[in-house]
Amino acid sequence: MSTVWIPQVLRANVGGAKTVEVDGSTVGDIVRALVERHPALGGQLFTPDGDLNRFVNLYVDGQDVRYLQGLDTPVGSGGDVRILPAMAGG
Amino acid sequence: MPKSYADLLREARAQVREFTPGEVDLQLDTDSPPVLIDVREASEWEQGFIPGAAHISKSYIEQQVEGVVPDRDAPVVLYCAGGVRSLFAAQTMQQLGYTNVASMSGGFQQWKTQGRSWKIPAALSPEQKQRYSRHLLIPEVGIDGQARLLDSKVLLIGAGGLGSPASLYLAAAGVGTIGIVDFDVVDLSNLQRQVVHTNDRVGERKVDSARKTIEALNPDVTVVTHEEMLVADNVERLIAGYEVILDGTDTFETRYLLNDAAVAAGIPVVHASVFRFEGQLTVFKPYEGPCYRCLYPTPPPPELAPGCSVAGVLGVVPGIMGLLQANEVLKLLLGIGDTLAGRLLLFDALDASFTELRLRRDPNCPACSDAAVEARRSGRPLDVATVGADAPFLLGSFGTVGNPSPEARA
Repeated sequence: MSTVWIPQVLRANVGGAKTVEVDGSTVGDIVRALVERHPALGGQLFTPDGDLNRFVNLYVDGQDVRYLQGLDTPVGSGGDVRILPAMAGG
Repeated sequence: MPKSYADLLREARAQVREFTPGEVDLQLDTDSPPVLIDVREASEWEQGFIPGAAHISKSYIEQQVEGVVPDRDAPVVLYCAGGVRSLFAAQTMQQLGYTNVASMSGGFQQWKTQGRSWKIPAALSPEQKQRYSRHLLIPEVGIDGQARLLDSKVLLIGAGGLGSPASLYLAAAGVGTIGIVDFDVVDLSNLQRQVVHTNDRVGERKVDSARKTIEALNPDVTVVTHEEMLVADNVERLIAGYEVILDGTDTFETRYLLNDAAVAAGIPVVHASVFRFEGQLTVFKPYEGPCYRCLYPTPPPPELAPGCSVAGVLGVVPGIMGLLQANEVLKLLLGIGDTLAGRLLLFDALDASFTELRLRRDPNCPACSDAAVEARRSGRPLDVATVGADAPFLLGSFGTVGNPSPEARA
């Protein structure tokens, strides 16, 4: 079981939860399982073709998956997955 | 039988190793130079000292030397004006357990006579010494650091939620030139967090309001106001001549434009953004760490990134993030500590928690990759369309040659 941290801007899509516990051995599995549970997230995270949106940053244990193995990046039990949104406010 | 001065001097010479100025000069030039300490009085130090030396008057050696030289086995060389006071000070350090302390024979006078390099310390007025006394007490800042701050130029993009607290503390710290880019006027709804403005200035231009507050706080600061919206046509001119930029804007377009121009000009940007109870903070140091496009290759759709005017923000969140930005600015200017370059700090006000993520330079970044640099150098900057970045913003060939200095524009 891994912990997925939901940024404030996406929390309405998961019933307001700050974190969601999800099973999966790769970050792709985990995020797809999350979307299955909360379909409203799908449009935010994935393109219509099922790829991760370019504006969505995913971090596993503090490291950007773009520089690991992308959606195939393994996540250990108790891993920490963060969805990082760009924010404009200043 | 009481000892004479000559006896004490003889004893000190027997116990303390002495180096000639020539020997010390050679040691300072090596990869592991000794710690050099000037033990003369402050009034002598102010007339000139050996570059790289720390200053502890002989009368303060016992109290202060452990702070400057924590390692009892570190090689230390002391000097005074003629080589006598430094001998006795070295004896004192030996009593404190320092094992490798020497004295420079002939002192600063001989050093100077032999034509070796020396410099005059930065000078502050008596009023400045009082104003910045809490900085001067910190060894990592001191007179040299304070003089550097007074000589430095920082550009704030936006005098809003982030820029307000940052501008107050940077001004108080004595950053000598503060430029402010903002085209907006003070609105009543700003005052919940934009603390550089005041109730009686609603309707006034933000740059003018900020200038009044800063000048009232610290007359040492020159405020340069740029009442313009930062756009592709003026960004290169606006940032020219500044050493550090604090990004406190509230649109993606401005943030990408600023990034591209700052990367091209080689100016570090201290970045922060906020959303309700959350904040993000990092330092984009061109070519040493990632840039904004490395972190966010493309902006999110507007519905996923509403600004403060739409989503709201707890007033203290930009206050906290803006001051953390000011902290990074001061570290960059002083060359101390570890900046957040390559690290993204997330703040959550509800948990009162900080989280750190590791950031990397994107080897294919259209703004800061080697290919992008080479393309700019050859006068054929990359075009967003050709590099596949979805950000609809400029990647022009910026350069800051020929723009007037910030002071000239004051």
